Amino acid sequence: MVKEKVVLVNFWSSPFGSRVKIALEEKGIPYEYKEEDLFNKSSFLSTINPVHNKVPVLVHNQKPVCESLNILEYIDETWTDLSPRFLPSDPHQRALARFWADFIDKELYESSKKIYRGIGEEQVIGKNEVLRILKLVEGEIGDKPFFGGDNLGLVDITLIPFYSRFYTWETFGKFSIEEECPNLVAWAKRCLQKESVAKSLPDPIKIYEFILDLNKYFAK
Amino acid sequence: MGNESEIRLLGTAASPFVNRVQFALNLKSIKYEYTEEYLARKSELLLKSNPVHKKVPVLLHADKPPICESQIIIEYLDEIQPDLFQLLPSASLDRANCRFWAAYIDNKFFPLYEELRRTTKKAGQEAIKEQMIEATKLLEEAFVKSSNGKAYFGGDQVGYLDVVLGCFVRWIKHVDELNDFNTFDEVRVPELAKWAKNVSSHEALKSVTPGIETLVSFFGLLHIYKPPYQ
Repeated sequence: MVKEKVVLVNFWSSPFGSRVKIALEEKGIPYEYKEEDLFNKSSFLSTINPVHNKVPVLVHNQKPVCESLNILEYIDETWTDLSPRFLPSDPHQRALARFWADFIDKELYESSKKIYRGIGEEQVIGKNEVLRILKLVEGEIGDKPFFGGDNLGLVDITLIPFYSRFYTWETFGKFSIEEECPNLVAWAKRCLQKESVAKSLPDPIKIYEFILDLNKYFAK
Repeated sequence: MGNESEIRLLGTAASPFVNRVQFALNLKSIKYEYTEEYLARKSELLLKSNPVHKKVPVLLHADKPPICESQIIIEYLDEIQPDLFQLLPSASLDRANCRFWAAYIDNKFFPLYEELRRTTKKAGQEAIKEQMIEATKLLEEAFVKSSNGKAYFGGDQVGYLDVVLGCFVRWIKHVDELNDFNTFDEVRVPELAKWAKNVSSHEALKSVTPGIETLVSFFGLLHIYKPPYQ
């Protein structure tokens, strides 16, 4: 049996990197974790991700895979005998899961930045955009425990890392996500009961302090 | 599979994202009913089928929930019709490579053409053209690696990336002409230039590529709804 070598190159606060951590932990895939300093990027990062020079990158037997959703599908398609499968087997359900994951991936992070990096009108716009996204996604849970059904699926893993940022968004934007999206917060708390999620999500207060530091850094 | 009324595509003739889906449907010989949407006055069906983005293309298959986003539609088509003209490769690393470049094309490369269309100041236009030159350099390298000396990204046959990028060739040519630029320049990106000619003349794409009047008319609409930056 070939010894698989899996390395996750990441930065602790990245919600995109947390997705990959959760995925590896859920399937029980052994991996080495490499923290990359985003303020002093290594030459190693530019060799494994020459196009974007970003984290996360999964390096599997020396071959890099970049972009978090791409990595999630790669993990699901490579370790096919490890459950849970992140994508359902029915092509239609797969297309729907990919749609929601893509929607979250394309819009949530950018909109959320307006809340903590914008001022005045832009903050309000950001808050409204974020709430629109969260409410639309919340509507897809139904009465299942997770978007993936009984287990975490692609959409769960794509969205849950942002839970660490709820405190930051609520504090900057002066609103309560639990009040606006109670089912979503209930879902998030169910996710946190999973060990893979609990050990992969950064502490919300640390995130808040990090964002404050970043704002000071960018203000210079 | 093949009942004509089973698959319906909502689209607009000038949209490269719609052309992309049509290219895939044609390659896979999947019969479909096409409905042209007028984007200045979107139909109830479109708004109901894609409430999140309100955009084309949308694929309706029998009585199942609509499928939106062209790359997602194509993966779906590949999964329901895997035997006839497989678009994505089988190996997971090759699939990851395809998805990586597909994301680059949609998120980094094509948006440059919208930026250029909306940028009126000369300095801004030159800066965008520089980015286009950089991007095509990367795509040329990706093509050389992927094609392995053959005509397409997919090798001898059209594959996923040929469909993802091929649909943009006509649109890009139009923006190039309006801006005194040549994206697929034979000197700068010789392999990509050859590929652009090959893919545009592929029957499955040629048959759905919009003519100049359709493009000009659509660009006129865009000028109103997504006008140049002030």
